[in-house]
Order: sequence, then structure tokens, then C-alpha cells
Amino acid sequence: MGIDIRLPIGLVFSLVGILLTAFGVASNNAIYQRSLGINVNLYWGLVLLAFGVLMVALGRRGMRPRGKIE
Amino acid sequence: MGLTSIDWIIMLLYFASVLGIGAVLKRYVKSSTDFFLAGRSLPAWICGLAFLSANLGAQEVIGMAASGAKYGIATSHFYWIGAIPAMIFVGLFMMPFYYGSRARSVPEYLRLRFDEKTRGLNAISFAIMTVFSSGISMYAMARLIQVLHVLDPIFDRLHIARSGIFHVSVIASAVIVLVYILLGGLTSAIYNEVLQFFLIVAGFIPLVWLGLKNVGGWHGLSEKLPAAFTHSWMGMSSAQTNPLGVDWFGLVAGLGFVLSFGYWCTDFLVVQRAMAADSMTAARRTPLIAAFPKMFFPFLVILPGLIAIALPSTAAHLATTKTGSAATTAQYSEGLIPPKIDPNTGRPLLDRQGKLIMDYDLAIPNMLLHYFPTGILGLGLTALLASFMSGMAGNVTAFNTVWTYDIYQSYIRPHESDEHYLWMGRVATVFGIALSVLAAYAATRFNNIMDMLQLVFAFVNAPLFATFLLGMFWKRATGHGAFFGLLTGTVAAAFHHGLTLPIGEPVGIKGGWLGPILHVYPSDMAQNFYTAIWAWTTCFVITIVISLLTQPHEESKLVGLVYSLTEKPSEKHLRWYARPAALAVVIIVVLLLLNIFFG
Repeated sequence: MGIDIRLPIGLVFSLVGILLTAFGVASNNAIYQRSLGINVNLYWGLVLLAFGVLMVALGRRGMRPRGKIE
Repeated sequence: MGLTSIDWIIMLLYFASVLGIGAVLKRYVKSSTDFFLAGRSLPAWICGLAFLSANLGAQEVIGMAASGAKYGIATSHFYWIGAIPAMIFVGLFMMPFYYGSRARSVPEYLRLRFDEKTRGLNAISFAIMTVFSSGISMYAMARLIQVLHVLDPIFDRLHIARSGIFHVSVIASAVIVLVYILLGGLTSAIYNEVLQFFLIVAGFIPLVWLGLKNVGGWHGLSEKLPAAFTHSWMGMSSAQTNPLGVDWFGLVAGLGFVLSFGYWCTDFLVVQRAMAADSMTAARRTPLIAAFPKMFFPFLVILPGLIAIALPSTAAHLATTKTGSAATTAQYSEGLIPPKIDPNTGRPLLDRQGKLIMDYDLAIPNMLLHYFPTGILGLGLTALLASFMSGMAGNVTAFNTVWTYDIYQSYIRPHESDEHYLWMGRVATVFGIALSVLAAYAATRFNNIMDMLQLVFAFVNAPLFATFLLGMFWKRATGHGAFFGLLTGTVAAAFHHGLTLPIGEPVGIKGGWLGPILHVYPSDMAQNFYTAIWAWTTCFVITIVISLLTQPHEESKLVGLVYSLTEKPSEKHLRWYARPAALAVVIIVVLLLLNIFFG
């Protein structure tokens, strides 16, 4: 009802993805000792961004008015 | 705990979107059905994820990891045996009556099928339970925020005493949940549950991946741990030889049948999610869609517990509940799990056998601190906060519906306009949350009372499934039978608990309080399971006996409520993968494979 839920979820994940990716690029590598030397912010940020964009795309398609299917 | 601005931005982003979703949904709430049942307009996949999430509160996430650290992969039986079969059953066989009868709640179904007193008994006990569960969620969240020192730097900077952190956490979570339910009702709660589902997955996949990589994969993990920790069925033939201390009959009948079916098939908190679906087929698919991710959740929530104990002990970034010295903590830790520390002596606490009492509930928090640098740490924390919030919201939305439809409309003010009940639903949301806050504070003061209440709830819940099973599949079952079956089932549970004791426990809250101890169980889990089995059997037998002695209901009034008098829903027009029965078969095959691989 109302809005397609994939839109807000996609937006949240896209924003979190952008934030993490940007922070991952800018951050000092020393903080990644905990995560076994892997820049998890950068890589996981990219994954979340991709997921977010996909959800937004699906959500926009879902919101498009279409013929009644009953 | 070393949070930086990036972590805070992610957390605030979450809170802003939660409130934003509520604000957008506000204009779609026009009738009480919109508010309480999301207008019965949601597609199956949304209801399915909400069905799963409503049960996936943070206590569940933290508790499952704790149990994983304590008992190993056998914990996954709580998912594989203790949830999936019941989810299939409710979808295939029970949903046609819940959804098809147009009942607006589970207690209302009992009213239609049996009588007023059976509904009243169920509605009132359920309403009380939801308020307490939501209060316990609030309490647990505030405690976790204290333990992890999330808000300490902010309080120090503002020169406010740290003792205020608990109050601020409780009030803030109460206000946020209040606002978003007032705005969007059940739709708001369901949308946030779906968001929380994705957040938990997004926060925990990297955690498990890093942890597994660190210990050398599943293979490395099984080499570091005792064999029973990585084989879920090892030693299940006898209670003495497996970590849970339960034999296979107790496990399958107690957990897999009575407790699991009692929860997934009759608890309005989860059933409400399916009732919000837009069609009968969608309602039936709801629990089946939920079953797919549910089967794989042990890998997200139980594995972190196993990894936490497989790691070498280190004092670095460990959180402990009480400030013991770092050295003591490190010396007695099992991997990332610290011992519980006596606040007076600073020494680790010992149980009656002189063994250390480990603080298993810290498995998840410590794993997050161990592997997550700032940035993704904010995401992990947000996932936990989100599951606390949706745990509360789930209970509050179930409470306001049962209160308004089953108590207020039935006993206090019948025949009012729909606007009036919508208004009452909003008022009920406010006092439901106010009562939860009181319950959260009660938990801080009277820990024993909380334990006792949970015990009483367990007694009340244990026989429920017998009533529903007979109600739906035996047209001869009567209202008197159901009511007295439930009462005697609850009493039987209390008697069984009062006459037995888990091994090595003192008489009291753990059992034996009726005097003579007739049986000693190898663990309190075994005792719980058998209490449930006794309660269910008593309810089942008494309901049948009393039903046969009382006047049967007219068959014409049972159409749509009982299996033999209801037309089977047709699935002919659906493609094979959309048919509930086909989904169920796929789930069963995957479930068997999982049990073979991890058996």
C-alpha cells in the first residue's frame, strides 16, 4: 500500500553504501588490522550500494501504474 | 568503544529513515483495517520477511549466538526442527482458516470457532505477554548500550552522569517506536521489519565472512572445536551424550512439535503479518517465504558464537558487563567470551560445581568489536538497534490490535464507529508503550519477578496448539472443551514444573516448588520440553473428553472455520512455483540437505 517498500530500503542502502565506500577510500589503512587487513568499508560499501541501486530500480518499476491484475 | 562520526551518521540515517517511512505512510491510514491489518494489501514477500523479522528481535540474535557459543551447532535445531515444520504447517493447513474466516486476530478466530470465554482467556493473556516482551526488549537494548559504552563519550562531553544512559536509551527507543506506529500503524511496523531484515543480513554477512576466514573456514572451525559443536545430531540418542542435555524424543516432540507449533501457528505476533497479505494465496505463502531465509539464519546468527569461542583469548577490545580488571578477564576468557565478574570482589563468578559462569550474551557484541573497524561497526550496531526496535514494534502492534478488537470492542465499548476504534488503536499504542516502559524498569528492580512471569507465560502458551489443532481439524470440538482444555493444560504445565527439577539446581524458580520431586532432568532445556509435552497432552485429552460430553456446535456455523466443512483453496490458476504446496516440498528438501551436511 502507498509506497513500494523497495524505494526507502534502496535509498537507505544506497546512502549507507556511498558513505562506507567514501570512508573506505579516505580512511587510513591502519584501522583495517582488525578486519584481517581487508578494507571492509570500501568493499562492503560497494556491495551495499549495488544492492541499494537495484532496490531503487525495482521499486520505481513497482510504483509505475499498471493495468489491474485481479 | 571507539565510535567515530561515520558510525553515528549511519545510525542517525537509520533513525531518520524509520521516522520518514512512518511520515510517508501516514496519509494512507484511513480506517482501522489500515491501521491494524495494513489494509490487507501487502504482497506475500513483504509479509514473509516481516513474519521472519518479527520473531528476529535482538534477544533472539544475541541469544542464538550465545547458545551457539555454549552448545555449538546443535543450536540450529531451534531453527530447523523448532521453526520450519511449524511454518510449513501454518502456511499450508492453518492459514485458510485464519485468513479465510476474515477474523481480524487470533483471539477473534477463537471467538468464531469456540466461544467468548475462550477468546477472552487468550486475548487477555496475550495482551499482557506482549507488553512484557516489549518491555524486556527495551530493557535489553538499554543494557547493551550501557555495556558497549555507546553513549559514554557523549554523556561525558555534556557533563551528564553516566547513570542517565539507561533512562535516555529506554525513553528514546520508546518515543521512536511510538511515533512510527502512531503514524503508519501495522504497515509502518512491517516496513521497518523488512528494513531490519536487510540490515541484519548486511551487518552479519561480513562478520561471519571475516570470522570464518580468520579461523580457516568451516574446516578450520571444526578442527578447533569439540566434534559435537560442529555436528548437530551427534549424541542426540541420549540426553547424557549431547551438549543440549536433551534426548531426541524431547527435542522432536517438545521443541519440534509442541513449542514450535504453539508459537508459529498460534502467536498473533507472527500470524498478524500473514493476515496483512493481499490475498489468500499470499497469506498462505507468507510463512513459506519466511522459511527460506529462516533455514539459513543459523549461519548468520549461530556461527558468530562458534567463531567467538574458537578464537584465541585476548583482552583486546573485550566488553564485559562489570568492570573486572582486563587481566582477570583475559585469563578466564574462552575465546572472545569473558567470564561473568562479581562486582564486589572483581573475581569471576563460579557456579555450584565451581565452574566459571561465562557471559555468552557478549558473543555478538565482542565479535563486532573484534572484527569491525569504524564505519562498518556503525552498520553492525545499527543492525542490532534495528532488531531491538522492531522487536518492540512487533509486540506493540499485536497489543494494540488485540486490545482494541478483542478487549475494548468486545467487552468495553461495542458498536462504535470505525473512526472510534482507529482512535482507540492509537491510544492503545500510547499506553501499550507506557506499560512497556514500566515493564523495562520493573526488570531492572525485580529480576525474579521477570523470570517468574516468563515461566507463567510458558505455562499459558504450552497447551495452545492442542486447542487450535482440534478447533481446525475436529468439528466436534466445543467451546467448553477448548476453554477447560486450555485451563487444565496450563495447570498441568505448572504441576509438572513444580514436581521436577533440572540436575544440580536449587528448588525454586527452576522447579520443585510443589514439594516432592518426582523426576530429575539432565538439563533445564529437557525440563522445559517435557513440561510442554505434558501441558499439550493434557489439553488435547481434556478438550476431547469435555467436547464429547457437551452440546456440539451447529455445523452451519463452522463453515470456513473447520477443515472438513471448508472448501479447499484452489491453486490451479497458479504457476507451479507459486503454489504453497510446491514451495513446501522445496523447503523440506533443502532442510533435509542441511541436516545431512551439518548432521
